[in-house]
Amino acid sequence: MKQLTRFAADYVGYVLKGGTKFYAWMGSLAVLMIGMMYVFYLQNTEGLIVTGMTSQIHDGLYFANLVFLVGVAAGAVTIVFPAYVYHHEGMHKVAVLGEMLAITAVIMVMMFVFAHMGRPDRLWHMIPPWGIYSFSSMLGWDVLVLNGYLFLNLVCGFYYLWVKYTGGQVNKKWFMPLVYIAIVWALSIHTVTAFLISTMPARPMWFHSMMPIRFISTAFAAGPALIILIFMIVRNNTKFWVDDSAIKLLATIVTWCLGIALFLTMSEVVVELYARTEHANGLYYLMFGLHGLTNLVPWFWSAVVLMVGAFILFLMPRFRNDMKLLPIPCVMAFAGIWIEKGMGLIVPGFIPTPIGEVTEYYPSFVEWLLTLGIWAFGFFILTILLKGAIGILQGEIKYGAAK
Amino acid sequence: MTPNETPQACPAQEQPAGCPVPPASADPAACAPKTSRRDFLKAGGTLSLSSLMGAGALMAQSDDAHAAAEWAEHFQKNYRLMTDKEKDEARLRLEKRYSAEYGKKVTVDTTGPQPGVLMGYALNIRKCIGCRRCVHACVEENNQSRGKRPGEKIEWIQVLRMERGEFSKERMNQGYPEGLGIQVGGNAYTPAGQVLEGQYHYNPETVPEKDANYMPIACMQCEKPPCVKVCPVRTTYREGDGVVVIDYNWCIGCRMCMGACPYWARRFNVANPVLPKEEMNPVTHYLGNRPRMRGVVEKCHWCLQRSRHGRYPACVEVCPVGARKFGNLLDPNSEVSLVLARKNVFRLKAELNTFPKFFYFYD
Ligand code: SF4
Ligand code: SF4
Repeated sequence: MKQLTRFAADYVGYVLKGGTKFYAWMGSLAVLMIGMMYVFYLQNTEGLIVTGMTSQIHDGLYFANLVFLVGVAAGAVTIVFPAYVYHHEGMHKVAVLGEMLAITAVIMVMMFVFAHMGRPDRLWHMIPPWGIYSFSSMLGWDVLVLNGYLFLNLVCGFYYLWVKYTGGQVNKKWFMPLVYIAIVWALSIHTVTAFLISTMPARPMWFHSMMPIRFISTAFAAGPALIILIFMIVRNNTKFWVDDSAIKLLATIVTWCLGIALFLTMSEVVVELYARTEHANGLYYLMFGLHGLTNLVPWFWSAVVLMVGAFILFLMPRFRNDMKLLPIPCVMAFAGIWIEKGMGLIVPGFIPTPIGEVTEYYPSFVEWLLTLGIWAFGFFILTILLKGAIGILQGEIKYGAAK
Repeated sequence: MTPNETPQACPAQEQPAGCPVPPASADPAACAPKTSRRDFLKAGGTLSLSSLMGAGALMAQSDDAHAAAEWAEHFQKNYRLMTDKEKDEARLRLEKRYSAEYGKKVTVDTTGPQPGVLMGYALNIRKCIGCRRCVHACVEENNQSRGKRPGEKIEWIQVLRMERGEFSKERMNQGYPEGLGIQVGGNAYTPAGQVLEGQYHYNPETVPEKDANYMPIACMQCEKPPCVKVCPVRTTYREGDGVVVIDYNWCIGCRMCMGACPYWARRFNVANPVLPKEEMNPVTHYLGNRPRMRGVVEKCHWCLQRSRHGRYPACVEVCPVGARKFGNLLDPNSEVSLVLARKNVFRLKAELNTFPKFFYFYD
């Protein structure tokens, strides 16, 4: 028990210490978070009328980010899997950082759930025994698997850190099974999120069984792309060194998952546009516009350019192997997928509506600020979690060391 | 069928206990609950958390009674799982709050489904003239929001205007793509009779228009409702008489149901509904037309406040050409059963297996 309080105290003490750069970073994030709280308050007194959502297009920026971030959370498995299943040296060293990213992403997803709901004050209605759990609802399952994933990563991540802190040995008897469960669980969270939208025949654009695999392939491209960027920042700003081998393996994973994602997108485009039934209207709207409304067309094509460009760059050894240039395709892939899988997937699902009405969606300032605020909050906790984890891995936080 | 056929009460139903007079036709006060406030407080031997708060609100005859009542509403259960006593408390709480808010005696009916009744609806698509009286009658009857800002104006019925289309001789030979001169398709006509490409924002001087026909659409009260399947908190469900309802106090506003509904029947309250006091209909049903709140979903419920008391829904009553038929599907002599037996009927998007209890027909 005493050890535990010391751990908490040491952890917090270490995390709070930092240079001006650290405080400036955290401070500017905090400013955005305050903005977020204000618009969240506005949304829950005025109603969602302050957003761009309507009865026609009732899922927007929040839902898009939610879907995307579930992917980032699942993407952390691209570190954990090679580390524990293939015993990859470089990865093993940083596996816990992947778990910290997963924790952050799931927390952000939860925040987007709150932002999305019309009545966040009633969310307890989903939780038994006070509320009702509905087994037929994909949203119910999604919340369940997400919380399970959060729990698994908290346990695995912090147990590992705790062991490092006390200088003991990992108890493989229960730690390893838990890690394996977490790996499979990562797939489940994104699969269920895909089912969330692909099980609605009312929305033909989403109603196909390719959705889960598309989600997973884009997740395993966007997730590690973000991780590479984070590792670069960690390498350059802390004493912690992430091996080239780990980064290169991640780059390979991004490349091939991105390739698969592009292939799946192409298949969808061919199938839908060749037959060109009314069911293809959503996709057609996204690619070319419908009835003169073309809001998302530039989004779609920029996503295509970013993703294809990133794929080509990843294939070129000059970019793949040069740690200075590698961040470029990573940023491109991440941004491209954020567009394609976020707004580019969610919004056209509602266009046209099931009775043929074509309307457009304009995210309001409130939505942008709230979204930005949640991302800021995400980076805020990620910074804390990574800093603590790195401190422990480096041996700077150690039981009985500091006084 | 003449347009002015007098509506007959739909199949014999038992009179609901505690509400001897069909409320909509009579003085709403006649339907006030019989139990007095004191009786109800005395009866409360085993008060739940919610009823305690509700009781607190009722006892406190102070200014914040209103706030307390609202507070208690936060902790009530899903309507479906409430005991009769809890339903009564919830009803009293609401009646008190609404009456204060709208400055008139508001009743909240909790009459349940009547045995032997399965409600059904049939619409004569040939007769509809697109006047949209049903739309407006529905808004008035069911206390929809009627604000000015986008999203604040809610209508449950949409009358889709559909082009009759145009077939032209000049364009007979315009194929696409023309390439080698071998025609792979044609452009000889503009879409005719295309379901679901309709427009409901039409504004002609007179209806019906020569070049259009009309297709009204609202909640189909599906027998296998996809909206119910996706609701994570079971706040929208099928009642015993076949109507799909929403407990507005339990809805978390996730809008999954709106995504799942193939008929775009559901509307979201983006703001506090705009409902002027004088226009508010004080005869309400808990699962039906009682005033809603910000952040929840609503839709057509076949006027439970009327239909459970043997009356027609407002849209049926108002339709000037008698295009709308309503009744008990289990009674072979009800109008809707007769339509199903004798006319050509079809259901919209039947391929989705939602099994609507709303049928279209033509003579
Ligand atoms: S029409 Fe839509 S809202 Fe009505 S029961 Fe069917 S799925 Fe539900
Ligand atoms: S919006 Fe309300 S009724 Fe619709 S699925 Fe969500 S909780 Fe259920």
